Parts: sequence; structure tokens; C-alpha cells
Amino acid sequence: MLLTLSWLLPVAGALLLLFIGNADGRRDGPIRWFSLVVTVATFVVTLVVWAGFDAGSSEFQFVERYPWIPAFGIDYYLGVDGISLLLVVLTSFLSPIALLSSWGSIERKVKEFSIFMLALEAAMIGVFLSLDLFLFYVFWDAMLVPMYFLIGIWGYDQRIYAAIKFMLYTMTGSVLMLVAILGLAYLHSAATGTYSFDLLKLYALDIAPQTQMWFFLAFTVAFAIKVPLFPFHTWLPDAHVQAPTAGSVILAGVLLKMGTYGLLRFSFPLFPEAAGYFAPALAVLAVIGIVYGALVAMVQPDMKKLVAYSSVSHLGFVVLGICAMNIQGVEGAVYQMLAHGVSTGGLFLVVGMLSERRHTRLISEFGGLKAVVPRLTTAFMIITLASIGLPGLNGFIGEFLIMLGAFRWDPRFVVVAGLGVILSAVYMLWMFQRVYYGPVTHEENVTLRDLLPRELAAVVPLCAMAFVMGIFPTLFLRPMEASVNALVQRVQETQTLRAANEMQNARFKMQTVQRPMR
Amino acid sequence: MLCVTLAALAVMGAEAFRGKDESMPLGGLGIVGIIGAAIASVLLWNRNASSFGVIVADNFGLFVTLVLLIVGVLTIMFSSPVLRRDGFPKGDYYALVLFAVTGMIMMAVANDLLVVFIALEILSIAVYVLTGIRRDDPRATEAAFKYFLLGAFSSAFFLYGIAFTYGLAGSTRLDRIGTYVAAQSMSDNPLLLVALGLLLVGFAFKISAVPFHMWTPDAYEGAPAVVTGFMSTGVKAAAFAAFTRVFLSSFEPFSGEWAPIVWLLAAATMILGTVVGVAQSNLKRMLAYSSIAHGGYLLVGLVAANQVGKAAILFYLLAYAVTNLAAFGVIALLGTKDAANDELRDYAGLWQTRPSLAALMTVCLLSLGGLPPTAGFIGKWYIFSAAVSAGYYGLAVIGVLTSVVSVFFYLRVVVMMYMSDRQAATAPPPVPTVGMAALVVSVGVIFWLGILPTPVLDFAAESIATIF
Repeated sequence: MLLTLSWLLPVAGALLLLFIGNADGRRDGPIRWFSLVVTVATFVVTLVVWAGFDAGSSEFQFVERYPWIPAFGIDYYLGVDGISLLLVVLTSFLSPIALLSSWGSIERKVKEFSIFMLALEAAMIGVFLSLDLFLFYVFWDAMLVPMYFLIGIWGYDQRIYAAIKFMLYTMTGSVLMLVAILGLAYLHSAATGTYSFDLLKLYALDIAPQTQMWFFLAFTVAFAIKVPLFPFHTWLPDAHVQAPTAGSVILAGVLLKMGTYGLLRFSFPLFPEAAGYFAPALAVLAVIGIVYGALVAMVQPDMKKLVAYSSVSHLGFVVLGICAMNIQGVEGAVYQMLAHGVSTGGLFLVVGMLSERRHTRLISEFGGLKAVVPRLTTAFMIITLASIGLPGLNGFIGEFLIMLGAFRWDPRFVVVAGLGVILSAVYMLWMFQRVYYGPVTHEENVTLRDLLPRELAAVVPLCAMAFVMGIFPTLFLRPMEASVNALVQRVQETQTLRAANEMQNARFKMQTVQRPMR
Repeated sequence: MLCVTLAALAVMGAEAFRGKDESMPLGGLGIVGIIGAAIASVLLWNRNASSFGVIVADNFGLFVTLVLLIVGVLTIMFSSPVLRRDGFPKGDYYALVLFAVTGMIMMAVANDLLVVFIALEILSIAVYVLTGIRRDDPRATEAAFKYFLLGAFSSAFFLYGIAFTYGLAGSTRLDRIGTYVAAQSMSDNPLLLVALGLLLVGFAFKISAVPFHMWTPDAYEGAPAVVTGFMSTGVKAAAFAAFTRVFLSSFEPFSGEWAPIVWLLAAATMILGTVVGVAQSNLKRMLAYSSIAHGGYLLVGLVAANQVGKAAILFYLLAYAVTNLAAFGVIALLGTKDAANDELRDYAGLWQTRPSLAALMTVCLLSLGGLPPTAGFIGKWYIFSAAVSAGYYGLAVIGVLTSVVSVFFYLRVVVMMYMSDRQAATAPPPVPTVGMAALVVSVGVIFWLGILPTPVLDFAAESIATIF
């Protein structure tokens, strides 16, 4: 029941808001509070799930399962394991923060904004919880609609272009995945006589290598667009820059993780052989993305764009860790997903606060803010350092583990990826320096307000989380350990099993060929 | 036989109710008649009744009949405020709508090519007149004339096809044609191929499959929005029912011959419908192209030709009918006596002035685009799963990619409604209660089919189980 509650609660809140009249904006205040309370309550629900989660088990827990469309073996099937648990918590953690950040900037159509935010949260949580591919796809696609509206209605001047681009890019990938999902269900029916979209049953399905290749590509392109993996990343700078602050926070904090989560949950374990075949290629793309994203970020005059490209770079690390497919790599990848959610979500938040004050996002418009807004400076610095991966803060653990895992797999990738770490320090610190140090170059900046209590309430949890994740990584690594182990084992076992079989087959063939010669 | 009389009662009884409407011009009476027909068809469920062997009220036909009755009710509900506003002749209008519905139902339950033809004519003539019911509007007259001419052509093709079939099989009864065809092989029977081709052309005209779609955009744009909604759903549903019945029962043995052709038709229809739809600036014309594309999706179900495909066609017809009719309903309700308000830019900022109408329209458009959790999504998923399970991966990929393109133009409307500021000087007209009620019901059905489709899916699967 808890899992259903965690996505149904925001939906219920959104439905309730739908029927509240607010044509003249008179009820903006209560509506804001109400949606904040709903998201906080959702956060509490997910914390309860975490508290009740048995970290020793790699099985799916809190499983709920009811037949939905029995003729096709489609179930309403939810469950969490160590990988999805923390992502769900991350989602419900960021949602109230994003809402809180919107209180100052969203003044038009507050009710509709809140409805879309709540719907978005519900769909995101649903994506992480679904264990039925059909259900997963429903949430996956349903999530696009509120995000589209959030960007398109409350975004900046290029918002319509960005919103449509976001929608079409993501949909193109996901419909191909739909065909692959249907194909999987059909294969299941060919093998066992019944359709099934049940992830665990499909894991057990033995798929011919040739078919695996196609299906793997269909799934992976969908996820690669979402991640976004180079060269599918071009929607991201537009969407991130044009989205309102709350939208950017959610987009960077949670939506991108869906791509990497999808790789971990679907692409790799469903098609292990194809994954083994394509992993080096994916890793090459990931490494290109790491360096390319960092280089492009370095030359951005626009702060939001800089942060957006830094996401391309950071998520390259995550994909690299997944491709390594060993325990360190995958644990690092999951950890980096969480860390990136916190730190990049936070970066968009503070950049948004800064740009709300001056109505510009250009770095050159600022300078010397350290003396003017000390509290904002502190928050900005903590989050910047977290994003760079300073030891003691959240970014470090993930990157370190990923490098470790990748090194065990193929050290060449680590050499190039290490470059990305250095570059990220360069562009982040350079931006920080240009914005906060030096003399105050623009008169308007002298009178900037420092953080309000409301803004502090949004920023402080993120900063605190950056420290907690940096100092007590075990807190977060322990629940995922068993699941990651099981996942890596499953993928590797199938790969080696198949390889051994093939070797045997080859040997057998050789023998049969050789025999007549003797 | 009891069954025979019952079937006759169903069809004739519904007609009898309709006959009265000519003298008592009231939409309400029409609805009563339709509900009567609906009760009759529910009673006939699972009985497999037939009348003179030329009309069979099997579950397949009854499912389509129910869809058509829903189309009829919604059309009448959308029409009543429009009629009052535009001053159409009420009695004639309702009578024509009901006659058209009669023809459609007949087409859905016909078991004889000649009956199919008669039904086709009944519905076509009524629809031609409805298209041109705005006599003072040159666009409407042009549309009606064009539709009539091309429709007459297609009827001729169809009739010619019937003649060939009769010449070969010695009967126009579908079951007898089926037994004849099953005993033949295609290679030594070129005439049969000709007959098949002619019938195919006739049907392709009615469902406006590419390249027989030329009449569609003009006719849809010229006709009043309600009539367009009615045509694009009802006519298509009826024609598809007959198409499916003829090709998947009588000509099933030759599916190896016609499936590649229909494959091409489906692919061309989906691609052209969506690609040209992107370039439209008139909403009615855009939806005309979108309905062409939807015909293509339905053809995919026909190509798949398996159990899933047949049931998918039925489900899709229902989902599409409700969604498309509601979308045209919104267009109709936004028009005024003097201005149709159907250009895309007329929708700018609709959200500011008519938020509920904009929201309902958005749901319809998202359903047409196939996004969850709406009926359109389940329908598309069902169709494509049929294609995949029959091994037509290529067609499925074309289908999903074109539906992404179609989302692009549906979103253009959404962009207009939500993200542009209002340009039109006049406020949109107030929304009448009946029309609003019909819209709310449609959107409710869209969500219901999108979230809990099981009963209807089972129903659709059950209704094909009996005949094919």
C-alpha cells in the first residue's frame, strides 16, 4: 500500500486542486502551502518505505501486484529494491524543494503550476516503482506531459521551442522502446504461451543474441536520449535553460536519472549479451560526453547553460560506471545519480535565485557578490564544491567508485574521464570566481537581497544532504549493495555462461569438421 | 425463426423510431431511438441472429453498432446548440443524421455485398447532404459536390467489384463467397484478383486511405464541424466494419495476396496523413489529415489479420470515435454563426478565456496523439502489439514514428491554447450546457478507456471470437 500511496498522494493532491476555483489568483497562498504539504507528506511516505526496507535482501520489496489487463498479462506491479529505493526518496526529497523555490518566481497561474508539479512527481515516482513494462511505459510517457507544460507555460522566452523539442526528442526514443516492449511480450508468449510484461519473468527469458541486439538498441536509444548521452544531448541545454527554476531542478535532479536507471534496470539485465557487445561503444560515447560537456560548459556565458552542460559531463560518468558492470562501477553510478540529483538540483536552485534577483543569467552581469549576498555565496560555494567532487562532499564518492570500477574494466577510459574531473573544477570554480569575487562591477548588484528565510529553507536541506552524503556514504551504499550485487551477478553470469556455451559449440563444430579429416 | 425476427426487429425497429423524427423534429426523440436500438443490440448479444441470411447480428457487428450508436448520441448532443445557433433546418438535419446512422449500422451487420452497397449508399447520400447543409457557404457547397462526385466514383468501383465477384462465385452472400474463394487458388484466377482490387478501392475511398484520400481534407474542412466529426468517426467505423468483414472472412484465404497491398496502403496513409498534417494552419483541415493517419493505424490492425488485430480494430474504433468526435465538438462549440473560428490562431490564449474547454480539448489531442493515460494510448498499443505479434515490425516502427510526428501538430494546438496570448478581439461564445455535458462524458470515457480498459478489451476480444 505504501508504494501506491507514494504516487497516488500527489495525484490526489493534483485532482483536488483541479476543482478549486482560483481564477483571480486569490487563493494562491493556500494552494502553495497545500501542494507543499502534499509533497512533504509524500517524502515522509518514502522515508517510511526506506525505514522498513530490508537492506540485506536483493529482492523487490513492498511488492504490490494486481491484475490490470489480464488478457495481456499486464499487472499493476510495484516494488522497490536498493537501486530504485533511493531514487524514489531523491524524487520526493527534491519535489518540495522545487516547489518552495517557485514561490517567488511563479506568480501566474499558480494553481495550474502546482497541479503539473504534483502530476510530474507522481509520474516520476511511478517510473521508478514499476516492475511491469507496460506500467513503466505508461508512467514514462505520462511524465512528459506535465514537464512539457511546465517548460512551455512558465519558461523563459524560447520556451515553446524548448518544450516541443524536449517532447519530440524524448517521445521518438520512447516509442521505439514501446515496439521493443511489445516484441518482448510477444517473445514471452511465443516461449510460454502467454503474454507477459512482468520484468522478472522477462529477465528469465532466453532471447536469441541477434534479437537482443535490436531490442537493446531500441531500449538504449530511449534511455540515452533521456540521460542524455552524447550525441543525443542537444535537447537538454534548451530544455534546462528555458525551464523555470523548479522545472530545471526536477529535470536535472530526477528526470535525467530515469535514463541511467533505465539502462540499469532494463537494457543491461534484459539483454546481457547485447549489453556486453555494446558496452565499450557506450562507454566511448560516455567519455566523449564527459570531456565534450565539460569543454562546452567552460565557454558558456550563461550560468544555466553552463550547469546544463555540466550535467552532460557528470552523467557521462554514470553511464561509464554502468558500462563497467562491476560492483564498484554500478554502485558508484547509483551513488553518482543521487549525488548529481542533489548537487545539480542545488546548482539550478541557486542560479535560479540569483537570476530572479537580476533577471539575467549572464555571468558577465555579476561580479563581487561575495560581500553583497554572503549567505547565498556560502550556499553556492558548498554546492559548487559538491558538484566538482571535493572529498567530504557527495560528488566525490560516486566519481571515485566509478573510476575504480572503470579502471578494473578498462583503464584507458579512466585516463580520459579523469580529464573531465579536472575540467569540471576549472569551469565551476571559474564561474564562481567571476560571479562572487573581485569588485562589484555593476551598480545594480550592490542592492541585491540576500537569501530570504523561504529560500534558506529550500537551500539548507540540499547543502546538508551534500555533507551527509559525503561523510556517511555507507548510509546510502548499504541499502543498494545487495541489489547491485545481484544485478551485476546476473548480467555477468549470463554473459560468461553464453560465452562458455559458444566456446563449447565452437569446439564441437571444430571437432565435427576435423573428424572426417582424420 | 425467432432469431430472424429479432434481427429484423433490431434493424427495422431502430428505423421505425427514426421514421417518426421526420414529422417530429426533435433531437431528443433521436436519442430515444438510438437508445432503443442500443437496448435491442444488447439483447441480441451472443445470439448470432440473422435475417434472410443477408444481415447477421453477430457480436462483431453489434460491437460496431454500439460504437455507431455512441457516435450518433454524441453527434446529436453536439448538434443541438449548433443548430440553434446557425439556424439549420432541424427536422431535416436530425433525420439525415439518423438515416446515416441506420446506413452505418446496416453496413456493420451486412452479410451480403449488395446489402453492404445499399447501406453504403444510404449513409453516403445522407452525409453528402449534411456536408452541404450550409447552403449559403461556397466552401460547404464545394465540399459537398466534391465529396459526392468522388464518392459516386468509388461506389461505381465497388459495384463493379461486386459484379465481378458475383460472376465468379455465383452469389453475393459473404459466407458463400468465402466457401468459393477457399476452394480457389489465386494463380489461375486473375478475375478474382480484379474483383478483390475493385472492392479494395471502394473501401479505401470510404476510409480515405492514401492514395484515395483526396476528397477528405476538402470535405472535412467545408462541412460544419459537427458533421465533420460525425463523418470522420461514423463513416470510418462503418466502412472499417464492412472492410474487416469482407476481407478477413470471405477473402481471408487470399490474405497472402492482399496483405502486402494493404501494408503499403497503411504505411502510405500513416506517413502522408501525419506529414501533410504538420503543414496545416486550419484546425479542421489538420484534424482531417490526422483522421487519415488514424485510418492508417486501423489498416495496420487489418494487415496483422490475427485475433489481436481484429479486436484491436474494434477497440481502436471506439477510442478514436469518442476522441475525435469530442475534438470536433470543441471546434463546433467555439464557432459562431458568422465565423467558424477554426483557424489555428483562433485558439490563441483559449486557456485564458475558456480554461475548461481548453483542458478538455487538450485531453482529446493527447489521446489522438496516443499519450497515456488515455484511450488513444491503449488503442495504439493494442494495434501495434497486433502488428508486432504478426511479425510486422516495420509497420509498427512506421506507426510509432508517425505518431510522434502527429504529436508535433497536436501540440501546436496546445501551444496556441496555452502558450500564446490571445489575439482575437472577440471573446469566444459561451459554452452551452448540452455540448459541455457531451464533452465531459467523452473525456470521461477517454480516461476510463485509458486507465481501466480491461472490460472493453475483453468485450472486443469476445465479439470477434464468434465469427472469425
